[in-house]
Amino acid sequence: MTDTAPALDRLRAGAPPRNHDARTIAALTANPGCARRGLLDAAGVDKDAVARHLGFGTPFGQSQFAITRGNAFEAQVKADGCAELLALLRDRLGLDVGEVGYDDLDDEGGREFRHARTRKLLARALDDAQGTLFDHPLLRLDIGGTPAYLEPDVIAFQLAGRFHVVEIKSFAVVDGQAEPEQVAAAARQAAVYVLALRELVADLGHDPQRVSHEVFLVCPENFSNRPSATPLDVRPQLAVLRRQLDRLTRVDAILNGLPPDLSFALDDGLGAAVRTVEARYAPDCAAGCELAYFCRDEARACGATGALGRGVRDDLGGVDTVEAALDLARGAADPPAELAETAALLRTAARLRAEALGGAA
Amino acid sequence: MSALAALARLEAVDARRAVPIATVRHCHLADAPLVLIPLRLAGEAAAPLAVMLGTDRADPTLLAVPQPRNRDLRFAFAAELAKVVLEHVEASRGAAEELPPAKDGTERVRYTEAPQVIVPNTGGVAFLRLLGRSTRFRSTEGPHAVEPSVPALGRWATWFAERHDRPGSSLLLAATEALRLHWATGQSALEDGNLAALLGWIDPPDGLDGPAAAARAEDPVRCPPAGPATDPTFDNEVLAPAVAAYDATDGDPRAEERVRAALAGQLTPTWDLVWHAMDLLRALPEGASVPRRWERDRDAFTLFHQTFAEGVPQARRDTAVAAARRLHALERAQDAYDAQRAFDDPLVMAEHRLNGQAFGGVVTEADPTRLDESGKRPKLRPRVRVATEDPVRLDAGTAVCSAERPALKGRIVEYGTGGVLVELTGGLGRKLVPEPGTVPAPGDRVCFTSLTDASFGPARFPEREDTPWTHGGPPAEYVPSDADAAEEWS
Repeated sequence: MTDTAPALDRLRAGAPPRNHDARTIAALTANPGCARRGLLDAAGVDKDAVARHLGFGTPFGQSQFAITRGNAFEAQVKADGCAELLALLRDRLGLDVGEVGYDDLDDEGGREFRHARTRKLLARALDDAQGTLFDHPLLRLDIGGTPAYLEPDVIAFQLAGRFHVVEIKSFAVVDGQAEPEQVAAAARQAAVYVLALRELVADLGHDPQRVSHEVFLVCPENFSNRPSATPLDVRPQLAVLRRQLDRLTRVDAILNGLPPDLSFALDDGLGAAVRTVEARYAPDCAAGCELAYFCRDEARACGATGALGRGVRDDLGGVDTVEAALDLARGAADPPAELAETAALLRTAARLRAEALGGAA
Repeated sequence: MSALAALARLEAVDARRAVPIATVRHCHLADAPLVLIPLRLAGEAAAPLAVMLGTDRADPTLLAVPQPRNRDLRFAFAAELAKVVLEHVEASRGAAEELPPAKDGTERVRYTEAPQVIVPNTGGVAFLRLLGRSTRFRSTEGPHAVEPSVPALGRWATWFAERHDRPGSSLLLAATEALRLHWATGQSALEDGNLAALLGWIDPPDGLDGPAAAARAEDPVRCPPAGPATDPTFDNEVLAPAVAAYDATDGDPRAEERVRAALAGQLTPTWDLVWHAMDLLRALPEGASVPRRWERDRDAFTLFHQTFAEGVPQARRDTAVAAARRLHALERAQDAYDAQRAFDDPLVMAEHRLNGQAFGGVVTEADPTRLDESGKRPKLRPRVRVATEDPVRLDAGTAVCSAERPALKGRIVEYGTGGVLVELTGGLGRKLVPEPGTVPAPGDRVCFTSLTDASFGPARFPEREDTPWTHGGPPAEYVPSDADAAEEWS
């Protein structure tokens, strides 16, 4: 626990901290400049509940067709002691996976117990370097001082003395290609598991490098249910993730500038409380943050150019508000020296637009 | 994006509705395009759920798969879809016009028309591409036989999707892309991907402004997604029970009708939106070079149509030579398309003026009969000085041409406080005095640019059998295999 913990607890107003999973941890790496998100995540505030209370709830639901398909595919890959997975790693990737043991950690006990068992079996595998598959392991990662339990649908196995994480996803790989966003999301999630596994290995007194940065992505091939495996290097995702997690534990800088009695209790003051912490909204927030629609509304209300996209803001030379930029374009405001160039560009742009539109604009 | 496009977005925010970023239409619109709106089963790569399609706004056809996991129903759906698409292809090719023979003497023909397909968004294009991939290798005989029209549909769907990659092609248009080419909204590019929201900004219904109409469009109950992904709530609460009822009743026609009605309810709003989008585009005057690009589309269509019978399905992945050829063709098309749009549309040319690659202004001095007598024979080299406020970034000696009349060519002599001095070198007639009206007179508004309409020339690539060893050597010929035909589609 860090010394900011009491302050962070107060922010939740007594509510229990929200449990992180690999997806939410991976999402922490998006939009690192956003103080609002950084603070709420560090405190484990239930952002979904906050957004709902503020009237900006988002249906982050998933179609049952997609869920069914995902579960069926995972079950198929893991059936009979992961027989299909092993065949895939041996035959398709030509890996020299020897005789393996298979341990399913799903069947017993609570989280602490499962984590302890994962730890024990991992320690044994590290010592005798046996090839081993772990199904349903339970890992733990400290997120801003709070432990988060991670449940990889994923399996770690040992190849030439190193553990690999296997990530099973049900999006299709057609002729060796998949949708880049989905691959990127899978890589970010797998990186969370690699990090958690490395911490555990280090904790057991071994070299964390025994957990490989190469993960195996198992997806349906083409239009079939047949799995295919692709090695994926997650070093870039790992680096980003580590940086973000370090940053989370340094929320004291954000906290310092805030009123000491601030809390995100679900009451009438919630909107004002959330607004106290500065956000950095960008349109792609919608993909990973429950508060996106609230922040969008706020950004639009104050005419933030960032709401139109990062590219637009950059094209405007970093001018923050629509009004200020339009004033520059119309020549209404005398620009400060550092904006002189932007102002000249915008004025020319406005003149050219008006000329091309026949003076109508 | 550029400062000009960013400014247009700001103006849209300020005006609370979209603003034009083009003065003419840059895409071709056929008289009777095939509007096609696909829906896909969630969680699957390309499992079709339904398609609403047709060339008549008042009479859409709905094709649906009542149990999307059933392979036979899926292929029956593909065969039905194939029938409509192939009929559209045959019905919209017009007559074959004879062209002058090629340089090597071979006969050339070109259909007077070509089929056009309109999908609501880029997701629709991706769906067609995957549908093409999942059907074009199917065999029409043997143990996994499908209707002959199914692999034909696959090849056409693939062809349309590949033409969509080509800048300036109008054979397969995504409504959102076509609209975004002509209007800027006060929301982000990501949000513009929602056809209903985009149209809300461009043409809000009575009583609403752009932001209000766009906000309404984001409610999936009021405005179902334009596909191919469905609304998860619809899946869970409407579609899944209907499909379950179909299963439970062993394919009872009433249960099938229930699935179809649910899907029609999701598709009809988008159907209307796509036609609305086309109305808006049709109201714009057509750009001058649009017919020329459509001619290239018709050439491509003629070639594909005439060689269809002896052709084989498009490869899963291009061979080395084919990939290099394709890339080169795309780059040339992009280059030509960018230049043509600028010459067609002063608002697009404004981008280049802002970049300094073009300048416009009023002619202050003109010497229309100036002769250059430094060589053996005198040459007609009129000079004009153009006063401009544009940030010109063209060096002396740069070749330029007139934006209004690209045949009028010249080069920059000097650029100073008095404006840009341009020496005209072509497009003046053959005599030593310029043809009347060719040299701009003082007071005329002109615009010169370094852009050229003629793209860089075609490169030469080896024949496929001469593929060098650096690129894997000659690739193997494609031979249809049973594995292709048997490929699962689940």
